[in-house]
Amino acid sequence: MCSSVSASPTLDFILGHYNYWLVIVLMMVGLYVVVSRGNMVKKLVGLNMFQVSVFLFYISVGKVRGGTAPIYVADPDAVYSNPLTSVLILTAIVVGVATLAVGLSLVIRIQAAYGTVEEDDVQAADAGRDASPRAGGGAA
Amino acid sequence: MPPAVVDFVLQHLPALQVVVPMVAAPLCLMLSRGALAGGLALIVALLCFAMSLLLLHQVVTGGPISYALGGWPPPIGIEYRVDTMNAFVLVIVAATSALVLPFARKSVRGEIEPSKQALFYTVFTLCLCGLLGVTITGDAFNIFVFLEISSLSTYVLVAMGARRDRRALTASYTYLIMGTIGATFYVIGLGLLYQATGTLNLEDLAVRLAPLGELTSVRAGFAFIMVGLGLKLAMFPLHAWLPNAYTYAPSVVSIFLAATSTKVAVYVLLRFMFTVFGYDFPVVELSLATVFVPLALAAMFIASTVAVFQTDLKRLLAYSSVAQIGYMILGFSMASVTGLTATIVHMFNHAAMKAVLFMVAGAVVYRVGSTAVASFAGLGRQMPWTMAAFVIGGLSLIGVPLTVGFISKWYLILGALETGDWLIAIAIVASSLIAVMYVWRVVEIAYLTPAPADRKPVREAPLSMLLPMWALALICIYFGTDAQFTATIGTNVAQDLLDGIGSNGIGSNDIGSNDIGSNAVGDGPAADLPASEGVIQ
Repeated sequence: MCSSVSASPTLDFILGHYNYWLVIVLMMVGLYVVVSRGNMVKKLVGLNMFQVSVFLFYISVGKVRGGTAPIYVADPDAVYSNPLTSVLILTAIVVGVATLAVGLSLVIRIQAAYGTVEEDDVQAADAGRDASPRAGGGAA
Repeated sequence: MPPAVVDFVLQHLPALQVVVPMVAAPLCLMLSRGALAGGLALIVALLCFAMSLLLLHQVVTGGPISYALGGWPPPIGIEYRVDTMNAFVLVIVAATSALVLPFARKSVRGEIEPSKQALFYTVFTLCLCGLLGVTITGDAFNIFVFLEISSLSTYVLVAMGARRDRRALTASYTYLIMGTIGATFYVIGLGLLYQATGTLNLEDLAVRLAPLGELTSVRAGFAFIMVGLGLKLAMFPLHAWLPNAYTYAPSVVSIFLAATSTKVAVYVLLRFMFTVFGYDFPVVELSLATVFVPLALAAMFIASTVAVFQTDLKRLLAYSSVAQIGYMILGFSMASVTGLTATIVHMFNHAAMKAVLFMVAGAVVYRVGSTAVASFAGLGRQMPWTMAAFVIGGLSLIGVPLTVGFISKWYLILGALETGDWLIAIAIVASSLIAVMYVWRVVEIAYLTPAPADRKPVREAPLSMLLPMWALALICIYFGTDAQFTATIGTNVAQDLLDGIGSNGIGSNDIGSNDIGSNAVGDGPAADLPASEGVIQ
């Protein structure tokens, strides 16, 4: 698509795949946030970015250059984008939302139990505990 | 039953296997009383078990079943495809749930708040539905959806341990983060494969991927899928979520997860490695030798050694699970019929022995209130049946002859010797010796240390716990003395996997021939079951 801009094949490769580069950057930023942040809500934000990057990846895979939205039109020569990837991502979005919901409700419970959502503080609060789940709570 | 109904059920068995628990889950919620919901969950689990046995029988006698969901023929529609391998895994999952739920009655009453018991059974049934769905489906994206149904319900189940210890919450949170990263990796890999082939049907993928071995994006897809599944199955360096999740989850959940969820993930891994990519695929062979074998050996030694030093029984068993997953990985890494047989057989055997051991832990929680290894003192006399079951499970874990563990290790060692890897054979025996150490620690405390004087005398576990526990313990012994059933299935599956499906031009023979015409009403089960919901209420 950028052949008119530049004759260099390397630059063509880089510019021609710009959607994939964006996906990769977003993916890495998301994953980095998950790994580096101690705040459990921020971790979930990173996780969501990571997932969203995959959504973009799928949708750009399904895009056909010059293709219209995959809605039936009378013209027999009409070029459609691939609808399947968008449908898959619709499902994946639902999964992502459900994951986020479960994750956030866990964070709420952690906040109630520990009074903090910082991973380090949570670990420090549990540091002195015995490895076994609290004894005596079982048959009560 | 009128023959028309029987016909209908047999026809739609693959769909019913998943739809029944899926419909039952919200019904459990509506029953709102723990005991009623538990009863319904048990009925559903028994139904699922019966259906999985029927499916296994159909597949063993009549060859693979292809079921077009909604009457849309594959590869366009979602296909449920049952062959010996996944029918066997279905039996493992369904049988475990049918044995765990009777055990759950008392255990859940002890560990979960009364107001949340119905919710517990709802989520449990949903988790069962997800695991069965992952196993039965022949569509790669459908695997992801079911994997997340089972994983999301697992996170909730683990977090329900918070009544006993708040660390269940953080364990569940970590599991959620790791599990989601794993699932997303799987989706990325799948996207790369879809980009290269334009299909999501596993059989179709196998055919279309065969000539694409040199494509970098396909290789990257393979790597993403393997890492994603590795996270889900707690393959050695990716196992960090497992010990905490198993330790702090309610006892019933630990039993169920330890016996089923990692097995299902191993199944998906095998499916991708051998059916979709095929052993001949360039990267597969390479990754087996350079990645999977070393990681399997590391898991066997490091995780077993860590298990020896644990002060909590459930955590000890969790690390032992990581080590046992190492054996499964080692088996298929040999890429021989014997090695793969070992993996398949060990999936069944490990499910049985780990379920026994976690049931013992659950019974001890119920009576003593703790799973600390130290609190087992004197239980050999006070809970003789429970501890005897522990000994049987422990011996299986070590791999003593006449228990199922021996059969698994026998095939593993045979596989290693076939390829001439003496070192691996020695490593298998050596790592079993580490298992002796961690099992003996618990046995020693239970039988040789007197009960603490200040503890009230402990009674034997109730019958509803002992019966499922001993049913599994007897399975451990029965299939250890007469392994014909498991070994025959294992060998058949291994043969099928190594023959590779792509090479015999699948897509032409089974698909479309037997079921599709008759499944024009394939949305029948989905449409009919909600109607019967009204009847049950």
